[in-house]
Amino acid sequence: MSTDLTAEGGHGAVPTGPEVPVEPKASTARRDWPLYEVFVRGKRGLNHVHVGSLHAPDDEMAVHAARDLYTRRNEGVSIWVVRSADITASSPDEKDPMFAPNGDKVYRHPTFYEIPENVPHM
Amino acid sequence: MSAPTLDRPAAPDEAALQAHFDAVIAAGHRIEPRDWMPEGYRQGLIRQIAQHAHSEIIGMQPEGDWLLAAPSLRRKAILLAKVQDEAGHGMYLYSAAETLGADRADLTDKLIERRQKYSSIFNYPTLTYADVGVIGWLVDGAAICNQVPLCRSSYGPYARAMIRVCKEESFHQRQGYELLMTMMAGSDAQRAMVADAVDRWWWPSLMMFGPPDDDSPNSAQSMRWGVKRHSNDELRQRFVDMTVPQAAVLGVTLPDPELALDPATGRYRFGPIDWSELKAVIAGNGPCNAERIARRRAARDDNAWVTEAATAYASKHAA
Repeated sequence: MSTDLTAEGGHGAVPTGPEVPVEPKASTARRDWPLYEVFVRGKRGLNHVHVGSLHAPDDEMAVHAARDLYTRRNEGVSIWVVRSADITASSPDEKDPMFAPNGDKVYRHPTFYEIPENVPHM
Repeated sequence: MSAPTLDRPAAPDEAALQAHFDAVIAAGHRIEPRDWMPEGYRQGLIRQIAQHAHSEIIGMQPEGDWLLAAPSLRRKAILLAKVQDEAGHGMYLYSAAETLGADRADLTDKLIERRQKYSSIFNYPTLTYADVGVIGWLVDGAAICNQVPLCRSSYGPYARAMIRVCKEESFHQRQGYELLMTMMAGSDAQRAMVADAVDRWWWPSLMMFGPPDDDSPNSAQSMRWGVKRHSNDELRQRFVDMTVPQAAVLGVTLPDPELALDPATGRYRFGPIDWSELKAVIAGNGPCNAERIARRRAARDDNAWVTEAATAYASKHAA
């Protein structure tokens, strides 16, 4: 039995040894379609939530493809698409996280304040 | 004192990054796309997710063969929805692979050039409509056993894709079982078709879980990284334990004379699996390997004009 098989891919046994190439490769025509991130509003009253990404030639086609791909079962009432390249994000793994300054500001939370039990509605 | 605006972080400390990565895994938290990760983790995930995606895409073919021959409009609508789901699953997974720096079209090229693989199970033919039912019941049932634990995979985008996939797979399995129940309540010829399909798909379904644990050296690292949560043999055993009672309700006999409940463990013992068959199919010598790849290649090449036209339209209207 070969030693480089696994079923981890969900749908069954496939080889995963180092001979299976994974390195990225240069682009050709189809690859010029930009990557879009897709956000879906599940129902009225909720925020749009990121659900995944897709490639499309333009914004309008991206919305149509997002509808087919991410709302086949009434998962949404509204879709946003945005080019991935247009998103600016914080880096989740910086050594000095940009969120650390909030860590010691416990007085921003209501539980910081001790109120006697007999004060109603607080 | 150094100039405040010119300070740059020192070169990344690999050991510290590794320690942070290990701590995230140990805490059961998710790794997200822009996190530092060991190269082996990234490459292994790309390989696994790509091959999973390829399996979904190639997996449209065996059942797609029956779209024009479905026995009723109801069955045709169901089968269309299912095949469309498989395409969707492939897209969710390619999307997850891209968060690791892979290129979707490039992965497809590797599939067509046979440099990456897909699940062995899709290299078997669908000879009758009972095969559609058995694929839903056994093949998708086995896939669910494999995929449910992947919803807790340590890589966030993969786990999230799997949650969507698993929600939809449940429909796939149930429609297959219902189809088989309908046929079992039909004529003798229909029951014979079901029995024949079960005979052909049972062992390949068990092979879907991969080689036995003592012959699966990559599994240990994959489990340490939290990419994989259970061993091949454990998942296979779960599938057998789930499926035997379902077969009894359906009234079909699974083609294994050694299949028996072990009273000590409460689990089902089953006969030896012919691993040479799995090896041959993965090596490209299954009944349908060449046909599956040829059709995927044709889909890419024959439809290239559509994507080119859309690109041309988009660039014309971009200004």
